[in-house]
Amino acid sequence: MTRERIVAKPRLLVPQTAGFVYCPGCHEPLVAKAIAEVLDELEMGDSAVGVFDIGCSSFLLGILDIDSVLGPHGRPPDMATAIKHIYPNNVVFTVQGDGGLLSIGADPLMGALARAEKITIIMINNAVYGTTGGQMAPTSLAGQKTTTTPGGRDVSKHGFPVHAAEMIATFKGTAYSVRCAVNNPYNYGQTRECLKTAFAKQMRGVGLSFVEVLSACPSNWHLSPADALRWIEEGLMLEFPLGEFKNVDKIE
Amino acid sequence: MGERMFIEGNVAVAYGASVAGCQAFFGYPITPQNEITEWFAREFPKMGRVFVQTQSELGSINMLYGAAATGVRAMTSSSSPGWSLMQETVSDLANAELPCVIVNVQRGGPGGGPIRHAQQDYFQCTRGGGHGDYRNIVLVPASSQECCDLTQLAFYLADKYRNPVIVMSDAIVGRLRETVEVEKIEFGSLPGKDWAVSGKGKHRDGERRVVEHSGDLFGRYSSYHSLLQSLDEKIKRMQEAELRYEDYKAEDASLILVAYGYTARVAKEAVNLARSAGIKAGLLRLITAWPFPYEVIRQKACLGSNFLVVEDSLGQLVEDVRIAVEGNSDIGMVNILDRHMLTDGGMILPDRVLAKIEEMSRA
Ligand SMILES: Cc1ncc(C[n+]2csc(CCOP(=O)(O)OP(=O)(O)O)c2C)c(N)n1
Ligand code: SF4
Ligand SMILES: [Mg+2]
Repeated sequence: MTRERIVAKPRLLVPQTAGFVYCPGCHEPLVAKAIAEVLDELEMGDSAVGVFDIGCSSFLLGILDIDSVLGPHGRPPDMATAIKHIYPNNVVFTVQGDGGLLSIGADPLMGALARAEKITIIMINNAVYGTTGGQMAPTSLAGQKTTTTPGGRDVSKHGFPVHAAEMIATFKGTAYSVRCAVNNPYNYGQTRECLKTAFAKQMRGVGLSFVEVLSACPSNWHLSPADALRWIEEGLMLEFPLGEFKNVDKIE
Repeated sequence: MGERMFIEGNVAVAYGASVAGCQAFFGYPITPQNEITEWFAREFPKMGRVFVQTQSELGSINMLYGAAATGVRAMTSSSSPGWSLMQETVSDLANAELPCVIVNVQRGGPGGGPIRHAQQDYFQCTRGGGHGDYRNIVLVPASSQECCDLTQLAFYLADKYRNPVIVMSDAIVGRLRETVEVEKIEFGSLPGKDWAVSGKGKHRDGERRVVEHSGDLFGRYSSYHSLLQSLDEKIKRMQEAELRYEDYKAEDASLILVAYGYTARVAKEAVNLARSAGIKAGLLRLITAWPFPYEVIRQKACLGSNFLVVEDSLGQLVEDVRIAVEGNSDIGMVNILDRHMLTDGGMILPDRVLAKIEEMSRA
């Protein structure tokens, strides 16, 4: 009888012998798993270079079994740009928080978009600064209570939530821009497909590819993991609809 | 023999980097270093090497971080305000132990300042510039030839110590055109870069590589303490082995001038004038601003020499000289307030320095 591998622990995950760093109910490990599965499936594990940000995505340094780089907060698109120019045949991607990409990292993001860098940016939208204890992020919802908006985000004072996937889609040099989630098995499967498309666009040299993932942060939302799942659907998804905002095979 | 060219110091920096095997350059426009960035923009694509015009100096320094993480020789250049903007990542580069070269063609400050020459970044370059405990080797060329040669040395030292190396020139050294012989200098063998990222399939052991700037979180060091211990040892090794200076008639001098960069050339001229007038003056010209020749100066101070610091700032280098003499000598200064004109075109000129030498040797 021949045996076929149908399901198994993804090969590109580092065994977590010293305990698991993510909070219970956090969705980031699911994003890590999806990345590991997709890289393995595309046989890109040997060529992949991941650039992670200061923030909860920095934990990926100890989770994804690929060559990895961690540098200053907000700067992964710059580092990924250089690595991609030096190794154009490698798949080079970043994983960053919403604060890291859209606030402190707006300069490298704009730079990479303007130059149409052939890199993939993966953004974890958890509507807060997770690592530093739940402050307002550019993605925090109107009315959302955070440690720096104790009375709720007042859009007349604090501005409005930033829609990264829609914004990035408006750039000429963007090949692919999508928002997905990992809150149920169907969406998880979709996220895997989005990651595959994003890496493929990069390797075909079409342009910059962007994947935003809605991601639960029960610790800073002060919700149980189950309630956090509910808030993704009843809160986040109303402001941030899932979907593809750009998908082109050629930019002229 | 290398090729002889009549070029500016800034262009000589670029030739030096090129023959040293620099593979990637990242730069953002700022006067007075644009000739460097423009040279790489023109020449590197033809050579199949990487040039990126960045969105800011933050972009430059962080692309440098990414490039250095791959182990290739890489560089950025800027001038004072841009150098300020880079500091967080310079500190990260030191922690991550990434070899790379950063050129700072100094201009006036503080703030926006004038876009012309000055020497006001001495503290910021020699004390690290960013947060935390680290030091960078700082090479300070005074001629176009040195711009070429010291840039080559910078790449070698960066690889030798796995540490950023700064080439600190100024608008006069950078824009001055002189004859340069561009020749590749051999400095000796270096360890391999087995730590660099390239995709784990390229590593002989098949194990992944991680480049990070924490030190102990991902196993590069066993603890924060051992990271600091290692940095401390590295600082001491650099201090012991990499001190460079030129002793110009300082041997028998009763008054020793201390200077670097363009003002060192002015000081040398003043020493010559003083010698013809029978005054025993000499010059210690820094080639490394860090490491600093504390011990050399201390010994000369103990033997009875006095010192005259010539620098185009309100007084930064003078503080290192003060530390070095340990109270044993008189220290005079010719500084930015002694320029020959009140506008930003004013320079420190030899006659002012000579006048100060005469005043100090009369006393
Ligand atoms: C220059 C700098 N500023 C601030 C910080 C502190 N800091 C660390 S993580 C972080 C927020 C991360 O939030 P986000 O990017 O949304 O990632 P998350 O933790 O939510 O995954 C901040 C502000 C820092 N490390 N460096
Ligand atoms: S703080 Fe939030 S994002 Fe970070 S690990 Fe915990 S749940 Fe996840
Ligand atoms: Mg966040």
